[in-house]
Amino acid sequence: MHAALVTMATSTTDTQKDQFVEWLARIAASRDRAAFAQLFDHFAPRLKSFLIRKGSTAEQAEDLVQETMIAVWSKAALFASGKGSVSTWIFTIARNLRIDRLRRERSQLYTDLEDFDAPDETAGAEETLGRSQEDNHVSQALAQIPAEQRELLILSFVEDVPQSEIATRLGLPLGTVKSRMRLGYQRLRKLLEQMN
Amino acid sequence: MKISHHLDDATILAFAAGTVGEAHGVLAAAHISLCPLCRSRVKSAEQIAGAILADESEASVSDQCRAATLASLDAILQAKPAQPKPKSDLPLALSRILGDVSLRDIKWKTKAPGVAVFDVPLSKGTSTKLKMLRLGHGRTMPEHGHGGDEITLILKGSYHDRFGRFAPGDVADLDHEIEHQPIVDSDEDCICVVAFETKAKYKTLLAKLAQPFVGI
Ligand SMILES: [Zn+2]
Repeated sequence: MHAALVTMATSTTDTQKDQFVEWLARIAASRDRAAFAQLFDHFAPRLKSFLIRKGSTAEQAEDLVQETMIAVWSKAALFASGKGSVSTWIFTIARNLRIDRLRRERSQLYTDLEDFDAPDETAGAEETLGRSQEDNHVSQALAQIPAEQRELLILSFVEDVPQSEIATRLGLPLGTVKSRMRLGYQRLRKLLEQMN
Repeated sequence: MKISHHLDDATILAFAAGTVGEAHGVLAAAHISLCPLCRSRVKSAEQIAGAILADESEASVSDQCRAATLASLDAILQAKPAQPKPKSDLPLALSRILGDVSLRDIKWKTKAPGVAVFDVPLSKGTSTKLKMLRLGHGRTMPEHGHGGDEITLILKGSYHDRFGRFAPGDVADLDHEIEHQPIVDSDEDCICVVAFETKAKYKTLLAKLAQPFVGI
């Protein structure tokens, strides 16, 4: 009972996650607008908040939310549920669109890499943050690593600045910032291995 | 291609977050396109972002944004096709910038006997640089310290230093305070690409290498 409550409170539930995958499948299969509207209503407000934390104005954030969700609509068939969560996939779409805007013509860096994925890729077996790793496992693991490491990891995804800038802001040497990130990331992977 | 030297965890995280500098991003993408291990490491790191997004609080989205998004769906049939890939023997991240150019066609500028460089153009306003270097056999790079983040990707030939031998596909992604002294050990020229920060306080590999001859 308690465990279930904790999971509910900390993160997206498994049922919700299956729901996201199903909505995407319906969009892919039959251009299902109702499924899209539900996906929009769940993710758009979170994405907007995330982008504002990254330094966008409300207006810029909504523009990018719109662009991202339209890409979700057009790319729904490309989502492979075995490879990660829907929220991770939506994050990568938003990230790529954002970088495209910043760097204009040259930036297909991330989208180009999608083509390199062999369907049966196994080379990364030792990297068990894992293919179908659940968001709530990652959240739980994040909560278990030392605060200074967790904060740096989260900061590196939320703040849109290079690590050297994070170091300057925190008044820490770059080497310290990097080694805390590495340690945090290594612990996170260990914890996730244990959960699997 | 057997790759033995990979990107640092900190670089993988920055690449996944999308906060890596432009030059470092191009270089990391070039390595990642050659390296299934680092590709999978990036995927893992992206899941941290997925978890953060899943747990994110909600900012209310205007009716206008919602309506405009839903209204534009009919016009969108499918994803835009990707641009055709340039014909090139360079990693895709580089040939996207340089176009249909092969390693042989690079317009090198000779800086000293056995040292030639080529600047890879980046966006205006970036505080990073991407340089290709062509170094002759036996070329000894002077002992140097790094300033800021510096990543080197080997495209052809090889060099060695106290971290081992660096051959095509390998990256040297070193902490900025680490000292090392690479020596080109291939008979053919060693061609590598170096991403570094222009605001670096200390001498970069490249600067120190070429400074005795020419400021670059
Ligand atoms: Zn690698």
